[in-house]
Amino acid sequence: MNIIADIFLVAGGAAIAIGGLGMLRMPDVYNRLQAGTKTVTMGAMSLLLGIGLYHPGWWAKLVVIAGFILFTNPVGSSSIARAARISGIKPWRAEKQQEPD
Amino acid sequence: MNLNILQFLAVALLLVGMGLSAFRLFLGPTTPDRVAAADTLSVITTAGLVGLAAWFDNPVYLDVALVYGTLAFVGTVAVARAIEADQE
Repeated sequence: MNIIADIFLVAGGAAIAIGGLGMLRMPDVYNRLQAGTKTVTMGAMSLLLGIGLYHPGWWAKLVVIAGFILFTNPVGSSSIARAARISGIKPWRAEKQQEPD
Repeated sequence: MNLNILQFLAVALLLVGMGLSAFRLFLGPTTPDRVAAADTLSVITTAGLVGLAAWFDNPVYLDVALVYGTLAFVGTVAVARAIEADQE
């Protein structure tokens, strides 16, 4: 049982590290939001699942925290993307790509 | 409780993710970059506080994580709305 919880913890940590790497390496605000939000949400869910396997008595608060992250993180990300779009940041394009007409 | 090797690896990866997004927070060319980095950092910190609750075997940290997540979400949305209102 504990080894399964450890595997979930390592998977969550790896997803969070990959999200931070995408946050650093992506070329644009919108790409960074994708990397930061989706990957880190999945990593946090996996981490909470692993801790819930270690301490089964804490499930109520863990479910509340998981639902809270699942509800608020996309809302915050969408709000930041809307602010970036309104403040006039153009989406990034690759250099060699031709315009479609 | 002492950490075994897999738990130590999980803590190290979480710190790596925090460091990389904090680097983007210091580096980001525009303001929405910094706000996105701060949002990511706050979610990682919420997960890390739950991890601290498991490490110290003390469920009080779960309440701390919940309140921290709420306040960070309110702050993110407030700053995004402020950037939006600044443009018009």
